Amino acid sequence: MFLDYYNFEPLLAGIHAALCGVMPEWAALTLEGLAVGVAIMLMYAVLAVVLIYMERKVCAAFQCRIGPNRVGGKGGLLQVPADVLKILTKEIISLNRADRFLYNLAPFLVILASILTFSCLPWNKGAEILHMNIGIFFVLAASSIGVLGILLAGWSSNSKYTLIGAVRSGAMIISYEVSIGISVLTMVVLCGAMDIQTIVAGQADGWNIFKGHIPAVAAFVVYLIAGNAEANRGPFDLAEAEQELTAGYHTEYSGMHFGFFYLAEYLNLFITAGIAATLFLGGWMPLHVAGLDGFNAVMDYIPGFVWFLGKTFVIVFLLMWIRWTYPRLRIDQVLTLEWKYLMPTSLVILLLMTVCKVCGLTF
Amino acid sequence: MKRDDVIRMAGAEVCAGNAQVISIPAGELRRTAEGLRHDRDVPMDYLRDIVGMDWGEEGLGAVYFMESSATGGRVALKVAVTDRERPLLPTMSDLWKTALVKEREVFDFFGIRFTGHPDMRRLFLREDWKGWPLRKDYDMDSNPLRLDNETNADTTTEYRLLPDGTLAGTAHPVFGENDFVINIGPQHPSTHGALRMRVALDGETVTKVDPILGYIHRGIEKMNESLTYPQTLGMTDRLDYLSAHQSRHALCMCIERAAGIEVPERAVYIRAVMDELQRIDSHLIFYSCLVLDMGAMTPFFYGFREREMILDIFEETTGGRLIQHYNVIGGVQADIRPDFCRKVREFTAHMRRVIRDYHDIFTGNVIADTRLKGVGLLSLEDAVSLGCTGATGRASGWANDVRKRHPYSVYDRVDFKQVTRGEGDSFARYLVRMDEILESCHIIDQLIDNIPGGDFRAKTKPVIKLPEGIHTAEVETSRGEFAVIIESRGDKVPYRMHFRSTGLPLVHAMDTVCRGWKIADLIAIGASLDFVIPDIDR
Repeated sequence: MFLDYYNFEPLLAGIHAALCGVMPEWAALTLEGLAVGVAIMLMYAVLAVVLIYMERKVCAAFQCRIGPNRVGGKGGLLQVPADVLKILTKEIISLNRADRFLYNLAPFLVILASILTFSCLPWNKGAEILHMNIGIFFVLAASSIGVLGILLAGWSSNSKYTLIGAVRSGAMIISYEVSIGISVLTMVVLCGAMDIQTIVAGQADGWNIFKGHIPAVAAFVVYLIAGNAEANRGPFDLAEAEQELTAGYHTEYSGMHFGFFYLAEYLNLFITAGIAATLFLGGWMPLHVAGLDGFNAVMDYIPGFVWFLGKTFVIVFLLMWIRWTYPRLRIDQVLTLEWKYLMPTSLVILLLMTVCKVCGLTF
Repeated sequence: MKRDDVIRMAGAEVCAGNAQVISIPAGELRRTAEGLRHDRDVPMDYLRDIVGMDWGEEGLGAVYFMESSATGGRVALKVAVTDRERPLLPTMSDLWKTALVKEREVFDFFGIRFTGHPDMRRLFLREDWKGWPLRKDYDMDSNPLRLDNETNADTTTEYRLLPDGTLAGTAHPVFGENDFVINIGPQHPSTHGALRMRVALDGETVTKVDPILGYIHRGIEKMNESLTYPQTLGMTDRLDYLSAHQSRHALCMCIERAAGIEVPERAVYIRAVMDELQRIDSHLIFYSCLVLDMGAMTPFFYGFREREMILDIFEETTGGRLIQHYNVIGGVQADIRPDFCRKVREFTAHMRRVIRDYHDIFTGNVIADTRLKGVGLLSLEDAVSLGCTGATGRASGWANDVRKRHPYSVYDRVDFKQVTRGEGDSFARYLVRMDEILESCHIIDQLIDNIPGGDFRAKTKPVIKLPEGIHTAEVETSRGEFAVIIESRGDKVPYRMHFRSTGLPLVHAMDTVCRGWKIADLIAIGASLDFVIPDIDR
């Protein structure tokens, strides 16, 4: 069977069996859980470093600059690790008249939402971390916790800038979740499954964006716009809007508390792109063209996680391109765009997709 | 009422100096001003400036510089009141909106109260400042350095003169009780300097803007009163640093005209080229800051890339990049570098080419369009009344370019177009400046090949003294009409030197322009008005 060269399942099953051989199963499961947890954290941190470095280089390229080029050799490779070390050593300032508990809780809620969603990404065949039959639904639900953190951060800081930032963010993210939900639903209709691995496996004979043709492409565009807004990135970065609100909802945070917001922002970008890659571009699934068996076999030699990361980073680049090109929208324009254009459009797309599916017009 | 009618008035006399100021009795001021403002043929609808003065024996008072936006005809009135304890003048704020802020400036420095002015607070100094610093009898030690926080009063006072001669005050609240007031500044990414605006919000909608100025006030006008004329030149570059050449040009021109110094033709040309390069420099920063304030960071670097070329050209000839100190009385500091002309030619050609990129990335952009078009409307009437000169006024349809109305230097000999638009919105203000970049290139191209030979600096006496009287000169800087007003008593130091700030009317206009728009618009409108803080505070 194709696809099996890089299947992680036998390897993981082997490790599990070996561990059970030397210890009781509950101990083996606990140990595995811990190992996977550490692995997620590590991957999360490493990816954040990679993404920040990428953003710096990409935006430098757009802005006719070089970007970081001093720290750590020619490409400035150690610039981001140096910055991470610096932020780790910085003092976490406690505010005088802030709501201390909520103020300290908020960054953890944001990072929790981000890590939960991150764990659902299909890295490779047999390498999913959180696997459940309503996986995509879980992603939508878990990502909504993030906005709670932002709202709490803005509210508890007891500052007018943060409050305005938080209220903007709340209004915007909750609005755009509607569009995201509907465009995800469109793809669920196409796949007939909510389980992420099933969705990916269903694209073995062609990615969804080809299988669902017109409605799928439209849903992809809607998803990218709404996903950009969900990730709080330009031109939808109103919650931060440094030119208006200095730093929006996280104005009053310092040190690693600020670092968590920063980290979550970049990982949310990655997650948005990763879900887009999963739903529309086949996740870890190599490019297959029905009928061309030789071609498909060659493609299969490229490991699934390379495919997944490749697709995700292409979308990340696309989102960065948008961010570094457009000016920021205004809050009423953002909401107008969502409620008057994007949401009705996504409903029409959903209808179209359902009709296509019922009439057998999809591939 | 016309200027001639004012001169014929009982008690009126024309003062010495090239400003042709007409001195009138204080009791006649209000009637005269109304007559001039509402003249049927040529209304003096543009109040250029109100300059407070302390004439010592003659009393305290003010000089009102007015102009007709239609013809460019000018009148200047001088009034003095002898009561130093309780100097009172009638307000002009119902005739010209710009008087609202100009009268506060006079009050701040001279303690003259304007009866009927609705907002008689200090403008630049802290509210608990003791004394009136620009009066000649001000004790320089009366305000030692304070380390306590400044508080802002919640109310402001309107003074009225009762029939029995006593002064009555009515308190007006600055903000309503239920206003949500946020501070934009004094340290804020988008105020382009230490400016503070208290903004009342209804949700995200701006209901009032109250600028609080003076965070970088350096007392330049006071300092100048103890400096000789060549020494005063050092201050002008530090006013509007993006119009350094032009401001200094105005001051040099004022002194040269008053002292009768002939400037060599070569220097005149060099000054004009430098002025236009400076204008392009400033408009490039305007573009960069506008896009940055709207959240687009990439075009920001475009503007700075080209500005760097101008700064390199400046540096080679003048030795300075931001603050150049190039104009001196009678000419310029040093001759231009041998390859100056070549580099300037290359730059204008390059600028014409790359400005298309500027438009490509920003002008047609759908987000930029929705953020700027129809936003922050400033009507022609308001623009004139508020004294919003420069590109801001021209975007509202007011042809106010000093280079056209009162040509100086070479501007009556070169061909260029005064860019005006009628919309009066942020987008029009943006486009006017972008078009002015090309016009400036056009002016430079005409001058750069024809710089005459000869001296670059006239010989002047070692000690420069100006004849008695009030002298003025004005230029079009990058952001409007900049005027120098010197009152001389025949000494080697000015008795009083005042600069017409280009930015003060603009920042004052923020309240009018921003009301009803969102916070994000406030930032974009602020950028599109294009004020520079050191010029406001002086």
